[in-house]
Amino acid sequence: MGFPWKGRRSFSRAPLFLVLPAAVSAIAILLPLTYLVLRTAGVGLEELWTLLSRPRTVAVFINSAVMAAAVTFFSVLIALPLAFLTVRTDLPWRRFWLITTTLPLAVPSYVGSFTLIATFGPRGSLVQLLLAPLGVEELPSLYGWPGVILAITLFTYPYLLLSVRAGLQGIDPAVEEAARSLGRSPQSTFFHVTLPQLNPSLIAGGLLVALYSLRDFGTPSLMRFDSFTRVIFQQYKSSFDRNLAAALALLLVGLLLLILWLEYRVRSRAAYYSYRSTVRRPDQQVELGGWKWLALAFCATVSGLSVVLPLGVTLFWLLRGIGTGVLPWNVWLAAVNSAWGAGLAAVVITLFALPIAILSVRFPSPLTTMVERCSYIGFGLPGVVVALSLVFFGANYLPWLYQTLPMLVFAYLVLFLPQAVGAIRSSLLQVNPQLEESARSLGRSPWQTLKEVTLPLVRPGLLSGSVLIFLTAIKELPATLLLAPIGFETLATQIWQATENVAFTDAAAGSLLMLLVSAGPTLVVLSQEHSSHL
Amino acid sequence: MKWKKSLFLLGLAAVTSYFAIACTGNSSSNTSPTTTPTTAASETTELVVYSGRNQSLVGPVIQKFENQTGTNVQVRYGDTAELAATIQEEGKNSPADVFFAQDAGALGALQKVGQSAKLPQALLNKVDAQYRSPQGEWIGVTGRVRAVDYNTTLVKPAELPQSIFAFTEPKWKDKIGWAPTNGSFQAFVTALRVSQGESKAKQWLEGIQANNPKVFPNNVSIVEALSRGEIAVGFVNHYYLEEFKQEDPKIPVAHYYTGDVGSLVNVAGVAILNSAPHRQLAEQFVTFMLGEEAQKYYATETLEYPLVSGISPASGLKPLDQIKQPKIELSNLNDLSGTLQLLQESGIL
Repeated sequence: MGFPWKGRRSFSRAPLFLVLPAAVSAIAILLPLTYLVLRTAGVGLEELWTLLSRPRTVAVFINSAVMAAAVTFFSVLIALPLAFLTVRTDLPWRRFWLITTTLPLAVPSYVGSFTLIATFGPRGSLVQLLLAPLGVEELPSLYGWPGVILAITLFTYPYLLLSVRAGLQGIDPAVEEAARSLGRSPQSTFFHVTLPQLNPSLIAGGLLVALYSLRDFGTPSLMRFDSFTRVIFQQYKSSFDRNLAAALALLLVGLLLLILWLEYRVRSRAAYYSYRSTVRRPDQQVELGGWKWLALAFCATVSGLSVVLPLGVTLFWLLRGIGTGVLPWNVWLAAVNSAWGAGLAAVVITLFALPIAILSVRFPSPLTTMVERCSYIGFGLPGVVVALSLVFFGANYLPWLYQTLPMLVFAYLVLFLPQAVGAIRSSLLQVNPQLEESARSLGRSPWQTLKEVTLPLVRPGLLSGSVLIFLTAIKELPATLLLAPIGFETLATQIWQATENVAFTDAAAGSLLMLLVSAGPTLVVLSQEHSSHL
Repeated sequence: MKWKKSLFLLGLAAVTSYFAIACTGNSSSNTSPTTTPTTAASETTELVVYSGRNQSLVGPVIQKFENQTGTNVQVRYGDTAELAATIQEEGKNSPADVFFAQDAGALGALQKVGQSAKLPQALLNKVDAQYRSPQGEWIGVTGRVRAVDYNTTLVKPAELPQSIFAFTEPKWKDKIGWAPTNGSFQAFVTALRVSQGESKAKQWLEGIQANNPKVFPNNVSIVEALSRGEIAVGFVNHYYLEEFKQEDPKIPVAHYYTGDVGSLVNVAGVAILNSAPHRQLAEQFVTFMLGEEAQKYYATETLEYPLVSGISPASGLKPLDQIKQPKIELSNLNDLSGTLQLLQESGIL
């Protein structure tokens, strides 16, 4: 099991066509950090100490850390059974569940949270109105901890689901068969053989979930929960003080580094379990028997809350207002812009992620590891902070590039790079490096090897990476508002404008279109899962 | 396997069609929506506006300005606070000429860092000194008034008190609706703190909280609840009811102004940037926004109060000079952090 790469190749032998794009990405990663340090330096020492020692700041730090941990924990509780059910059991309508349990990725968290509040809010919500005849005037409050954990978990668990499902399919069934034949019960085999092998997938997916919960703005603000993003935004809004906001964001970077360090520690040990590519045999199917109903109820509850509910509420708003007229033409134009911007981002960012993934897997060195690790920082920062850092550098040093489409795509690169790096990395880990070495020894140049051997083998990773980028870029708001060319309206900016204006029909139309546009790429991701029995 | 393949093909077909549409749609969108000549030759006829006000509110007025002057106005819409931060980050290199803000606090912030320019006195004179910067670097365009809206079948006008503080009395228990997360409500609380002091502001918040008010996500839902009689009174901005009246003139809800800080007037206004690349056009733009046509548009379409003297508000609205209110410098209403803290301490947020 596992191949000890270390010492086989060194970073100095890495080809230039990998190093150059990786250098661009490294600069992209450094820009927001440089900006935050510059701005924080503008805060007086005394003021900085007051800010950092304020009970509220400490509370925000703890809130955010606990929220990230809780959301990751609950996502595992949802994703692990779902992955197991959809890959390894005779669950009825398995293909249907496969698709619906992945779809929440396409629901923007602000739309999802809004629908949860409309349904379960303490007063005036759907459920409360239904229970009102029974004398229920107020439901237990959804705001704060319960709401924020429920909403973020429901709309981010698919990151874990995708990663665990891929892990489950990559496990060599021979190992489990051996355990069974040595007298282990199915339960014991699962906990002692299967689960440990899933560690890398759980950790990789869990990292994305944890960081996404920290970067999300829509849910904490709707659920009135003081996480970093909400407090940083309030700092801009309440005192128009960029420096204090930057100091808070730098504190968040501290939390991000802590999480990344923890993940690195766990991952280095878990790397032992990386699988070799073997001849695939059909996985063993577990017969659910009487448990079938419980499994179905579980799938139905999760999909009901995370897909059916947002879809239903959106449709309700849309139909309620449909009498007012046809969709304004600019919704269609916005849909086109959204698909164009997010599509361009998906292609470009995947191209830049590939070199980082290859370098970190095939040419490990402290430098490549650091670049790979640090690419996650942009993903964990609030969009508005990253956007303002690029406003600063763009307007003052690259005015010809400022507020153009390439600039926007660059902003998406800073924000979303690790999603593609992660996907390509796990694909690459399953490719035997001896294949590449054989190509080299047969006289292929590094470039030819990349093109003819590596690329075709990591195709699933490339595809799912680019689709993840597409799905998150299409929902992105703050950077799009500040850095897109003037007049470049996307579905996200239109939904925002409509909600600001309390025009729910327009917001619903935008959300529904966004769901439709996002559904296509989600299907592509699913089709890339290389299971043999579906 | 077959199923996977069709799934893939379906998804791929969808994705490629987006790209196909996007490529064709994008090239045409570059040419079609702009009615004015190409940007390259228009150095002198292009104006860049950063607008924290919604497109549906100000878009039509800006269109009018474009049509009348032949100017191509490029508008970046966004959140007022984020745009203020953006202008500060851009510094001297800001492409923006004009900042159109939702509230005076953001305009005051730009003035504080020295990024706004002094407006011509002739323009400043059009608006009452109360609704513009004392230094003359920003000017209010429209006003919105905090009002106590009440259900006319549940409450008689004579029962309504002379002060916002009276709503803490027990007789208003279970009858009040408010929206504590709303920006205008929070601006009112800031004004309460600035004009009456922290402890009185806290007293008021806790007093209302003790009356078990219904919490709403926004002003619209307060007016809706008022019309259904779910609550008797609600703290709102004046124009929401006006919008409802346009759909249903017989709606059983009316405005009441307490005549103290409870009827605070806040403004949306404009500033010209110090670094404005098109200074003259920018002044022309501000002049237009304070002109009769634009002011009348705001009065009748967005139902805000026009701030230029001589233009009357929408019919049925009490004229601004008849609404009593304390003297408060609006750009001082930028200490929102203290307000949020107070709201949290009182257990409201």
